[in-house]
Amino acid sequence: MMLFMLLFSRQGKLRLQKWYMAYPDKTKKKITRELVTTILARKPKMCSFLEWKDCKIVYKRYASLYFCCAIEQNDNELLTLEIIHRYVELLDKYFGSVCELDIIFNFEKAYFILDELLIGGEIQETSKKNVLKAIASQDLLQEDEAVEGTLRDIGLL
Amino acid sequence: MYPYYEQDWSVLPPENNRRFNPAFNMATIRQAFTEAVERVRMPTPTRLRDLIRQIRAARTAAEERAVVNKECAYIRSTFREEDSVWRCRNIAKLLYIHMLGYPAHFGQLECLKLTASTRFTDKRIGYLGAMLLLDERQDVHLLITNCLKNDLNSSTQFVVGLALCTLGAIASPEMARDLASEVERLMKSPNTYIRKKATLCAFRVIRRVPELMEIFLPATRSLLSEKNHGILITGVTLITEMCENSSDTLMHFKKDSGNREIVPNLVRILKNLILGGYSPEHDVSGVSDPFLQVKILRLLRILGHNDPDASEAMNDILAQVATNTETSKNVGNTILYETVLSIMDIRSEGGLRVLAVNILGRFLLNSDKNIRYVALNTLLRTVHADTSAVQRHRTTILECLKDPDVSIRRRAMELSFALINAQNIRTMTKELLLFLEKADAEFKAQCSSGMILAAERYSPNSRWHLDTQLSVLIAAGNYVRDDVVSSTIQLVSSSPVPEQTYITNRFWESLQVPNHCEDKQPLLQVAVWAIGEYGDLFMYGANEDEFERPTESDLIAVYHKFLTSAQVSTTSKQYALVSLAKLSTRLQQCVEEIQALITSFGSHLNVDLQQRGVEFTQLFGSYKHLRPPLLEKMPAMQISRISSQNGESGGSFDDNSPDVIENGIEIGNSTHPIIESNMNTMGDNTNILLDLLGSTDLSTGANDLAMATDLSNAVHKKNTRNANNDEPVSNNQDLLDLLDLDMSAPTATPVMGVNLATDHSSAANMNNMLGGLDLGGFGGINPMPNNIPTNGNDLTSMLGGLNIGGGAPSHVMPPIGGDVNSGSLLGELNPTTASNNVTMPPQGPKLTALDKNGLLVQLVPVPGSDCMKIFMTTTNSSDNTLEQYLLQAAVQKSFKLQMLTPSGSVLPPGGVITQEMRVVATSNAVLRMRLRIQYTLDGQQLVEQTEVSGFPEQQPSHE
Repeated sequence: MMLFMLLFSRQGKLRLQKWYMAYPDKTKKKITRELVTTILARKPKMCSFLEWKDCKIVYKRYASLYFCCAIEQNDNELLTLEIIHRYVELLDKYFGSVCELDIIFNFEKAYFILDELLIGGEIQETSKKNVLKAIASQDLLQEDEAVEGTLRDIGLL
Repeated sequence: MYPYYEQDWSVLPPENNRRFNPAFNMATIRQAFTEAVERVRMPTPTRLRDLIRQIRAARTAAEERAVVNKECAYIRSTFREEDSVWRCRNIAKLLYIHMLGYPAHFGQLECLKLTASTRFTDKRIGYLGAMLLLDERQDVHLLITNCLKNDLNSSTQFVVGLALCTLGAIASPEMARDLASEVERLMKSPNTYIRKKATLCAFRVIRRVPELMEIFLPATRSLLSEKNHGILITGVTLITEMCENSSDTLMHFKKDSGNREIVPNLVRILKNLILGGYSPEHDVSGVSDPFLQVKILRLLRILGHNDPDASEAMNDILAQVATNTETSKNVGNTILYETVLSIMDIRSEGGLRVLAVNILGRFLLNSDKNIRYVALNTLLRTVHADTSAVQRHRTTILECLKDPDVSIRRRAMELSFALINAQNIRTMTKELLLFLEKADAEFKAQCSSGMILAAERYSPNSRWHLDTQLSVLIAAGNYVRDDVVSSTIQLVSSSPVPEQTYITNRFWESLQVPNHCEDKQPLLQVAVWAIGEYGDLFMYGANEDEFERPTESDLIAVYHKFLTSAQVSTTSKQYALVSLAKLSTRLQQCVEEIQALITSFGSHLNVDLQQRGVEFTQLFGSYKHLRPPLLEKMPAMQISRISSQNGESGGSFDDNSPDVIENGIEIGNSTHPIIESNMNTMGDNTNILLDLLGSTDLSTGANDLAMATDLSNAVHKKNTRNANNDEPVSNNQDLLDLLDLDMSAPTATPVMGVNLATDHSSAANMNNMLGGLDLGGFGGINPMPNNIPTNGNDLTSMLGGLNIGGGAPSHVMPPIGGDVNSGSLLGELNPTTASNNVTMPPQGPKLTALDKNGLLVQLVPVPGSDCMKIFMTTTNSSDNTLEQYLLQAAVQKSFKLQMLTPSGSVLPPGGVITQEMRVVATSNAVLRMRLRIQYTLDGQQLVEQTEVSGFPEQQPSHE
């Protein structure tokens, strides 16, 4: 099971955090700080895995963003890399060649996509198409509501 | 109080500034009112996008803080006003602010309100906020349960989805219990979107509350017969969790899982995945749904573990996966990796295992460092199960020692150590030495200790072993752990004489290399130890290997160099001083130079070095005759694994002095820094008498300071007497013979030798001193008597104490610690003193308190200046083992009694327990003592009571 996932920039700015374990806020901040500094200090030649406390850290850099996941001891590190990659692909499909700014300005969408890929730290859907379809339908629901709201505002409904 | 009405505070011109101006007030009120109406009618809070822009535009942290604080204040105010129109936008902004690390707890309740809204947009943001702000550590956490329950029953699948997702992320045990039935219902939903989410929710619920597993069992039945991959993968995940959690459930699944057995079912799904045609929906670079494959492989592993039938059923498919998977990409290797783990974990066929190890071997050659890392990790896990298969990849593993990645190097190093055996020790050591030389500091300690251990186990001959030890010391320099120093010393000491000469010469050579003294202090310590110990062999012994020998003055010059160097640590200097003292009896010409050098330390700033300087100087003055016997070569140390021999080595202790003890302690000492501080002086010193006092002093604390003083007085007395008598003590053997001591107690004799050598008239003092020793041992590290059940003597308990305090000293203290026959010092001593009138102490009559059924309790009172010490010795001459031995004593009210820890509580046949008591008199009275002795014999508790009198008179302490 994935314990948490962090996205942060090369400058060490947190861009996304998803916790599947309940840690106190202080611990969360401490973990984030520790991992960000450790990972940023690692050289590109090094492998993507870290042994950290009692879990394994798997991270990968995509352009200016680091994707970092903590998994349990008996989880497959290589598969976690695939999950990260799948998430990046989904973001890319959704935003259309995604960049860090997309994730900054639409962080809620990034969360929504992650939530359609993973639940409780486990993968729920292995088809990209299904994930994107679910996101698109929910976006459509929101848009409908927005249109409805506007119409009501101007008195047409 | 109300500055508004005060003249001075007014902004208006004085003529208008009246206390009450209706016109002015009306205007203000009207304006405020319209503003408020405006705000309610067109409330346009900053959009999320704009806020993010503002924050990003901030140049400094302070600027950012200002923007955030302003926005937070605004958001709080809208929350207070119950502004429901813009709540969603404000929460979104708050979540962004939260991610920047600012507090956002005040949004928790607003998130709850959002989730309760009917709009989907509100719910979506509300649940997102709940997942970020409302984990189970928050007080309001449980308030969301009701909301979740409502939404789990919603008719919109996406609302149900949101609720399930939130539950999966933040379910606490209480929430899990409350909503488990809802989740179970949704698991049976025909809607796959809801069903897969509910299945993972169930997984999460079981994680939190394993007891809830039962209710989900029926619903899992049909999960594996689905076609939809989402349901398959979540189903496999749930079943895996259940099987890992309880062996009953595991059995349940093995027996019955819907219409088919689970293993064939999983095998079928896996087979369809690898053999089925291309499916664009689930394809990842040529592999069909790797996520699902990995999950299935993992579940198969659990099912096949220790189950020959299940393993049999999956052998074929595992072989198929292992051979059919495309390995050019990470995806393929992911699956192979999982397959290898499964093959290793189940009862798979031999051929399959070989295949698995070969896959790992191929991984090791992969250009992707992640794959190499995983391979090393897996090999490390399997190396113990299947060494020979892993051995074949040894060269590849050794290659990984040179990998640029630290994690890979570390794994490779660990794996290399696991692969060392008697056949490959030479080549492996060669490679590891190369690695050690270039390794980072963090590796050096671990690597050097590992190499020493391996060499100890597999070395082909002692010359090679010594050379290796030396190479490790050179390669690892100052990073060497203390255990390497002690094990090297031990190794040298137990080597044959030609090897000792050889290695001493090698040490000398290595010291000649510039900077070796400062950068490689462990080497320096070992080298000076060897030169001091074997100085005669080194300088004047046979020179088979034709080493270049230094002249005596050269040698002293080198000692002078590092004894005065600021870069050499105190510990190394301690070694050097002792070594120098030893050399003084081994060299032929330069004794004056040595004396001068040692004497110069008499005023050293470091207390320890100064003490050594002063003490050793004494050995050049009036106690010159003591020097040769005191500084004799120490006996060979043995390794505990072969130490069960007892009497055999007794002879070798005949001609030695205190070094046995020193040695034992020294090793215990250097291995374990905690003891070091206490036993510092004792550690490396040669002058055992003075040293022991030092250590008593140090380790027993203030309480025993008096005791130590006492002892030093006693020793002083002895020394003076000895000097007065002017009786040259040339050989301890004489004295030992004189005292007719039993030599079969090898550890005991040398100490006695020393004590007796200096004094033959005061056994009480000797007792006293040994008592002190005992205290030293106890005070320092507090040993557990249970661990040293068979030793009843002070010396042994002290060393045993060191042993225990030391943790892993089993290899350092062979002849002494915990060895049944290693001798009970007092046990030997007391009968001896009793039978030998020579040592009968005039001031310390022995009082027999109890002599019954082979149990002999004797008390030796030793009057002191402020208190009387009474040493109790219990010996068991019966054939039974007495357990839980407890001595209680009572004295008259005019005395104060203090009882120290006994040396043990178990008395085997021939065993001895000693205990010290201290009695302080508060008025003039004759001491009587009542003793209650309690012990268990064959499970039966026995109590003896007795009264003892005849103690020497004691003056009140206040005198």
